[in-house]
Amino acid sequence: MSRCEIEASHLFYSYPDGHEAIKDISFTISRGESVGIIGANGSGKTTLLFLMMGILFPDRGEVKVGDVPVTKKTLATIRRRLGMVFQDPDDQLFMTTVFDDVAFGPRNFHLDENEVKTRVEEALEMVGIPHLKDRALYKISGGEKRAAAIASVLSMKPDVLLMDEPTSGLDPKARRQLMNVLKGFRHTKVITSHDLDMVLETCDRVIVLKDVENGVKIPNITG
Amino acid sequence: MPKIADSIYNIRLLDDLARKNTAIHRLHPVSKLLATIVYVIAVVSFHRYEIVGLLPFVFYPLVLILLAELPVMPILKRLLWVEPLIIGIGILNPLFDPKGWITFASIMIKSGLTVTACLVLVSTTGLDKIAQALRTLKVPSLFVLQLLLTFRYLAVLIEELARMARAYTLRAPRQRGVRLKDGGPFVGQLLLRAFDRAQRVYEAMKLRGFHGEYHAYGKSKMTRKDILFLLAWSLFFMTARILNIPALFGLLFEGGSRG
Repeated sequence: MSRCEIEASHLFYSYPDGHEAIKDISFTISRGESVGIIGANGSGKTTLLFLMMGILFPDRGEVKVGDVPVTKKTLATIRRRLGMVFQDPDDQLFMTTVFDDVAFGPRNFHLDENEVKTRVEEALEMVGIPHLKDRALYKISGGEKRAAAIASVLSMKPDVLLMDEPTSGLDPKARRQLMNVLKGFRHTKVITSHDLDMVLETCDRVIVLKDVENGVKIPNITG
Repeated sequence: MPKIADSIYNIRLLDDLARKNTAIHRLHPVSKLLATIVYVIAVVSFHRYEIVGLLPFVFYPLVLILLAELPVMPILKRLLWVEPLIIGIGILNPLFDPKGWITFASIMIKSGLTVTACLVLVSTTGLDKIAQALRTLKVPSLFVLQLLLTFRYLAVLIEELARMARAYTLRAPRQRGVRLKDGGPFVGQLLLRAFDRAQRVYEAMKLRGFHGEYHAYGKSKMTRKDILFLLAWSLFFMTARILNIPALFGLLFEGGSRG
């Protein structure tokens, strides 16, 4: 396998209403790297993540994860390797208790219940909320929800974590805790955010999405 | 709009009660679910002019409420919310049937009993465990998932509504509620938001390997206690259905006074 984890070449994407969200974007992300994606509101950050995950497919161009192109046929493989944390944890936490939610992914892989339990406990431990295991999701705070959402992805043991604005709506303490958790991960990370300080601290490199007619400028900022 | 926000806490109350730890709460969910189903069938199957025979059925919810240490008022309050619907169904009976008031009363009693029994089931078991029981009983996962997701997102929907209502009232201070003219866009907006949310939730589920089959929960085995609970109550319900216990008691006392 190549050292390159994600490779996007000449991506174009327009929404059904004609809005052109992604225009000729290319980049590569290597294994173990942390990359921040920043850009103004509506610059296509979330769309870019969706294209990597195969929630949306580009009109032109291609995304490759490892050596596998993201297509409808390869979705199962892609999604085992990539885990995505949504911007609003309520979108992601659809079960009743924290445990059941973190167990949702592993159970879909038909792992046996003991393995599921170990994975859930590990994941909760990694984000520092093992005590919330049996709590109902509507009862935990915003920061705790965020941590649970990350745990629900970690329990699937992905190689790459994609996160959509992970620190938005968090208070300074929860934000700090989350940043420490993120820095502790050895996964390849792709993080979109407006929180530039967080990006500076947790990412090695930044992709800036800017509305340029012919492709985006990708300055290499080594943090 | 404190009222809307309050209702979030209200709908969660039953589920919160389910997290208590009494002998009733510890019973196996399948056992409680089946007992409730037998109960509901027995109560509903009574003839429409029958009232006295229904009396022994008060015991089941009563005993469970006592043993599970449930607060009575919140349960009665929830029962009252359903009553208007029942009255709507039964209110025409007295007009068309000479014994209509009896059938009306019978409908009210039956609905009261069955709804209370279901409320007791939810507040001693919790929705997640009821879902587990339903799956054990081979109810299609689609229905169970529907039930769970509705419950999970009810609060999110109400929060959304509360947010919109708050934003509305802050900019329409001298007005009570939402004006009819704005009602359309208001409801439409809520619907569109719900669609968007549903789309995002579905994507989040697919990303984590969801393919329509829902693999829920660890399974636990029924113990002798659970089976005993189910059998004893079912036996009681069937006896009370077949024999008119209050009438028998009446006979006993009548017989006693005569002798």
